Amino acid sequence: MTHTQERGVTELPNDRRPVVEMRDVSIAFGNVQALDRVSMRLLPGEIHALMGENGAGKSTLIKALTGVYSIDTGRIVVGGEEHEFATPAAAQAAGISTVYQEVNLVPNLTVAENMLLGREPRRFGGINMGAMNRRARATLERLGLDINPGSLLGHHPIAVQQLVAIARAVDVDARVVILDEPTSSLDAEEVQKLFDVMRRLREHGVAVLFVSHFLDQVYEIADRMTILRNGRLVEERMVAETSQLELVRLMIGRELEVLDRLDRDHGRAAPNSATPVLTAVGLGRKGSLEATDLTLFEGEVVGIAGLLGSGRTELARLLFGADTADHGGLEVRSTRRRLRSPRHAIDRKIAFSSEDRKAEGVIGDLTVADNMLLALQASRGWLRPIPSATRAKLVREYIQALDIRPTDPNALMRNLSGGNQQKVLLARWLITEPDVLILDEPTRGIDIGAKAQIQTMVADLAAKGMSVLFISAELEEVLRLSHRVVVMRDRRKIRELANEDVSVGDLLEIIAGETRQTELEGPA
Amino acid sequence: MSATTVPNPTTWDRVRTYSPASRYLPVVATFALFIGMFGFGGISYQGFFDWQVFLSLLLDNSFLIVLAVGMTFVILSGGIDLSVGSVVALSTMIAAKTMEMGWSPYLSMATVLLVGTLLGTLMGVLVHYLDIEPFIATLAGLFLARGLTYLISKNSIPITDETFVELAFASITLPGGYYTTWTVVIALATVVVAAYVLARTRFGRTVYAVGGNEASAMLMGLRVAVVKVGVYAISGFCAALGGLLFALYTLSGYSLHAVGMELDAIAAVVIGGTLLTGGRGFVVGSLLGVLVLGTIQTFISFDGTLNSWWTRIAIGVLLLVFVVVQRLMTRRQS
Ligand SMILES: Nc1ncnc2c1ncn2[C@@H]1O[C@H](COP(=O)(O)OP(=O)(O)OP(=O)(O)O)[C@@H](O)[C@H]1O
Ligand SMILES: [Mg+2]
Repeated sequence: MTHTQERGVTELPNDRRPVVEMRDVSIAFGNVQALDRVSMRLLPGEIHALMGENGAGKSTLIKALTGVYSIDTGRIVVGGEEHEFATPAAAQAAGISTVYQEVNLVPNLTVAENMLLGREPRRFGGINMGAMNRRARATLERLGLDINPGSLLGHHPIAVQQLVAIARAVDVDARVVILDEPTSSLDAEEVQKLFDVMRRLREHGVAVLFVSHFLDQVYEIADRMTILRNGRLVEERMVAETSQLELVRLMIGRELEVLDRLDRDHGRAAPNSATPVLTAVGLGRKGSLEATDLTLFEGEVVGIAGLLGSGRTELARLLFGADTADHGGLEVRSTRRRLRSPRHAIDRKIAFSSEDRKAEGVIGDLTVADNMLLALQASRGWLRPIPSATRAKLVREYIQALDIRPTDPNALMRNLSGGNQQKVLLARWLITEPDVLILDEPTRGIDIGAKAQIQTMVADLAAKGMSVLFISAELEEVLRLSHRVVVMRDRRKIRELANEDVSVGDLLEIIAGETRQTELEGPA
Repeated sequence: MSATTVPNPTTWDRVRTYSPASRYLPVVATFALFIGMFGFGGISYQGFFDWQVFLSLLLDNSFLIVLAVGMTFVILSGGIDLSVGSVVALSTMIAAKTMEMGWSPYLSMATVLLVGTLLGTLMGVLVHYLDIEPFIATLAGLFLARGLTYLISKNSIPITDETFVELAFASITLPGGYYTTWTVVIALATVVVAAYVLARTRFGRTVYAVGGNEASAMLMGLRVAVVKVGVYAISGFCAALGGLLFALYTLSGYSLHAVGMELDAIAAVVIGGTLLTGGRGFVVGSLLGVLVLGTIQTFISFDGTLNSWWTRIAIGVLLLVFVVVQRLMTRRQS
């Protein structure tokens, strides 16, 4: 066989044969070789991690297996039989259940329908709505989720939608369950619930394929892993026999140095400026956020910590004018302002990168360059086009700074990998050089190398005077970047503290409500 | 710690996330406005407020109801079907011509339904498999069907088949001395069947899913192809059925029948609160939409002072007012 088969393959226990075997699979999109003779095996009763940087080809490999893309060369064997699925429906029928990277459900139907569409319980040829809702509720309960099955999916935040997608995948008896970055917008607790489910599947002999950019998660749950780089197979490894450092080296092909720099800088003094840039006074909106006070000083990074649904996204949307406040108000540079729409916010040099990139950000049919320049162009007004030399220069600059791949500014946005799309969105707002940058989950789905780059970039921008509101489910990240941390719970701000000797554990305790009477209280 | 997942699903959360009312709101708005218009007619014109006026409304628009039902499927899936008016004309022509040739009326009617369904299927195949814009594919269907009608005959052909004529005139007496016809029964039955299919079958729910997000529906492993071709086949079938009702109404086949009727059907669907972008709406709304259009026309005939060219203008203005009012009523909610 070819060298890809000989190199880096782990021993298989004698009694187990792979349920899925992909061999030398290649796929090219135009002149982009997304997969180049990649092989992967999934064993029953094992959790298998698919690792690689943004754009390495993980999602493409999954789509090749499940019939979304047809393969150029190679073989796919499922359960001992050669298959090439023509549609995702065919793959599902063969027992492969998949959650694709972006939430792929329909917002205009209910949660129950999204979970069961295509296999609803029926009676007399018609859908038995009662039974469907009961079954959906039972599955949700088994996963420890409290979601009303009769509610419209589109009314839920993106993380809940992600949970529903997972529930849909595990509701069936599948031989193979594929989860492409299922944890990207989940909190620690949901991740644990998901891991419980994955362990249960493993016990029942299901092969689970798991993609995540969180190495800790991979080390906690996965048994074996396949590592890709630039569309090629690097190696198949046992997780237990590979150190994190080694894994990173295998993924990116070199040592990673950037990571520590920030940690060394950590504890840097709070910015000495006392100029408030954005102040919320009793800002709130019925049902989404209770009255909240918050001041953002020049050059300061304020982190928002809190669980899913604690009101962190709602706060961001109110600050940006994406939702209108029904009480309280905003001061921009000490002047009272009403932000009735994002337009007003942009005019005041406030930028907001939304968590829901699929619905609110990415315009798939435009090029990378167009997507990047959208906000800048909008703030200039459509009658004053950006000179093309400036355009080209800006775009090139940011593609390089954020390491966006492919580097072609004319690539169509929808053809980029998930992580690279996220980088383009970030660039869109950075380009406008705002005074205040609100980042809601900016590093979702971004690989560790790029994550470190983005964090460095945010820190540098703040050092130059930009104020940043940084929202992330990943508390480590919040602590690494912020000067000050605001903790939210139940749709209100419960604590604000200076980021001095605060640990993730401290934050968790505050969030959980077991508030300790210590000197954690920072200067408000 | 319970403050996770759906953080404290308070009563508010339940109310916010589960609000069937907001889904039905456009339909409710259409219904309210229809009642309002009817009441207004009753006050303004003598003899307007009579059940028989309402029944005639159904009778005069039975074919449009059926067309609007088919159109609802297509629009819900995110498409559009411009061919239905021409298919109505073709259907009247095929029925008239074949019966003139001495075919049994049953065979003739079956042929009409088959041709309509096939034409619809063909357009669905163009839309789904060849990825042709629905607007273009069905525009081609519009020309094709109209052209075929001319090919069969340029002149109007009267329908004289006894069974068919009998069916056309057979009336059903309702309690209270009111009467209606079979065409109304067929139209209402179509609405009921369609409402069931859309609300309670896998096919119907997949129509909504495809209209909501086609790419997601495909990745969810739903049978997108069946649905996308299916909705055009259904629309074709409904257009043919509507054509038969139209033939019963006019007792003739003519190449100039039903010119522009596809626009009436689309208007009815939109008035009924179905989003042109797909994924949201109800068949009942489309029925109400047809009734609203019909009421406007009834106004004009009751008024009697309006010249015929004013009819169109009046329809346009009333339609605009109606849609604006409906939008205002719906927006407050969302
Ligand atoms: N439909 C497409 N057309 C053209 N290029 C594509 C298409 N889909 C993917 N690609 C390219 O193939 C490569 C692999 O993309 P893929 O989505 O598989 O990456 P990934 O490993 O899943 O990354 P991420 O971690 O960011 O999700 C990327 O360079 C991407 O731009
Ligand atoms: Mg991916």
